[in-house]
Amino acid sequence: MSDGLAIRLRGVVKRYGPITAVDGLDLDVPEGTCVGLLGPNGAGKTTTMKMLTAQAIADEGELTVLGHQLPGDSKAARAECGVVPQLDNLDITLTVEQNLLVFAHLYRIGRADRRGAIEWALDLANLRDRRDTRVDKLSGGMRRRLLIARALVHRPRLILLDEPTVGLDPQVRQELWALIDGLRSEGTSILMSTHYIEEAQRLADNVTIMSHGKAVAVGPPAALVAEHAGREAVEVYGPPARLAEIEAEARASGARTRRTGTSVSIIGNGHGLDGERRPANLEDVFVLLTGEEIE
Amino acid sequence: MISGRLERSALSGVLVREAVNFSSFWRSTTFSSTVQPTIYLVAFGFGFGSIVSSINGYDYVDFVATGTVATGVLFASVFPAMFGTFVKYQFQRTYDAILAAPVDVEELVSAETLWIAARAGVYGSVPILVGIIFGLDPRWGMLTIPFIAFIAGLGWGACGIFIASRVKSIDGFSYVSSAVLTPLFLVAGTFFPLTQLPQWAQVLAQFNPLYHCVQLVRDASFGWAGWADVGHLAVLIGFAVLFWRLAIVFLQRRLID
Repeated sequence: MSDGLAIRLRGVVKRYGPITAVDGLDLDVPEGTCVGLLGPNGAGKTTTMKMLTAQAIADEGELTVLGHQLPGDSKAARAECGVVPQLDNLDITLTVEQNLLVFAHLYRIGRADRRGAIEWALDLANLRDRRDTRVDKLSGGMRRRLLIARALVHRPRLILLDEPTVGLDPQVRQELWALIDGLRSEGTSILMSTHYIEEAQRLADNVTIMSHGKAVAVGPPAALVAEHAGREAVEVYGPPARLAEIEAEARASGARTRRTGTSVSIIGNGHGLDGERRPANLEDVFVLLTGEEIE
Repeated sequence: MISGRLERSALSGVLVREAVNFSSFWRSTTFSSTVQPTIYLVAFGFGFGSIVSSINGYDYVDFVATGTVATGVLFASVFPAMFGTFVKYQFQRTYDAILAAPVDVEELVSAETLWIAARAGVYGSVPILVGIIFGLDPRWGMLTIPFIAFIAGLGWGACGIFIASRVKSIDGFSYVSSAVLTPLFLVAGTFFPLTQLPQWAQVLAQFNPLYHCVQLVRDASFGWAGWADVGHLAVLIGFAVLFWRLAIVFLQRRLID
């Protein structure tokens, strides 16, 4: 690819009747990097993912995936992509190995390489000793690892991960993060949609924050935080009435605030308020830019 | 995109998936596909057979055995196509996974239809074997029956996929099966000759693909009827082509936003 981009979207619009799910989105995924698509439910992340495999067709704009123009050349692009969907769609009555075998065929791995590809994927997912287990007998974490391995069996150049760790417990989530991080370090390009801030902060080289179908901020996580939220935030705890007072005070002095559960975060420098100092994070940036809570 | 181009590797990928899945439930399918026509054959053949000894010069048991091939085809094709398609796009989301791979809707529908037709070709032929056990005379023409069942299975398989692409919920199938499929099933000349029916019903039956399947199987079993059989085959092929294209268009609408 001449421009070094695994994914390039320009002015992409997708409407469903009166609803505009994606509204003039620009998005770049440079080759060999991991880009996080961050936003709350309904921001247009899943629709964007579906357009990248031509399972939704854009109404306007240009989409290029691995140098292939979409939707016309989408099949060539799909052959080099691996897709991990948000909803588990494994064949549950088949074994682990059979699931991989089916996808080795669907992704056109030649007869000579098929066995090796399946073994490699079993190792990657750490499911070698579960190869003959039916999917409906696997734990949630194992199923998710298989879902990822299935998407990788043909060694794609680009992986699309839609909410890869949603609904998993923290320990399994960390396992998957290690797996994804390993792929990135091997040079695979990754686009990952997520609404977990920590996931984006840990894995993504670049983050695109989406709100109402648009990109509202783009950049490396640390740079976005520094630019929009500064270095630190002060979190003040108290009863609801006290929190409302603090919000009013802080706003009067020009600071920006957001509710974080049982506390108020004052973003920027603490303005002399008494509270817990913590490093500013992407979530602060998100709330400041969109006025929405993320989870 | 509907391109009119079917890639062999895409078709074989979908077929491999079906074959691997089939390996885990072939016993139950084979059981029901064998037992069901046998029950029809025994119940009608010996039930009615005791009252009606022959129809149009054939033993009633032979008449029903040949007619039940069409029943076997129908049960092995339109029903699995309807429910299978619906489950695969609505509940299991299998089609989302397949279409994320280098497979288009057109290839998906074509491969699924081929698979169902192959099953119909095998299971549709079972009643003839059962009939032979019960005294039907084997003839060379009967060797074409798996092929006839396959062609009819293409049409009914595609028809089932088309129906699945149109229903809003799985309950929609009960309307289709009671209002459309049951009359087609009964007015096909399977259990009684259509000449017993009023003129208008006989004319309508000409539009029933199942009737043409029944006629073709009887002629294969008892003696070919020349151009009439070419006509029956042409109807079955036309039926298959029409619903193959319709299934592609409407499943595409359903699966691609």
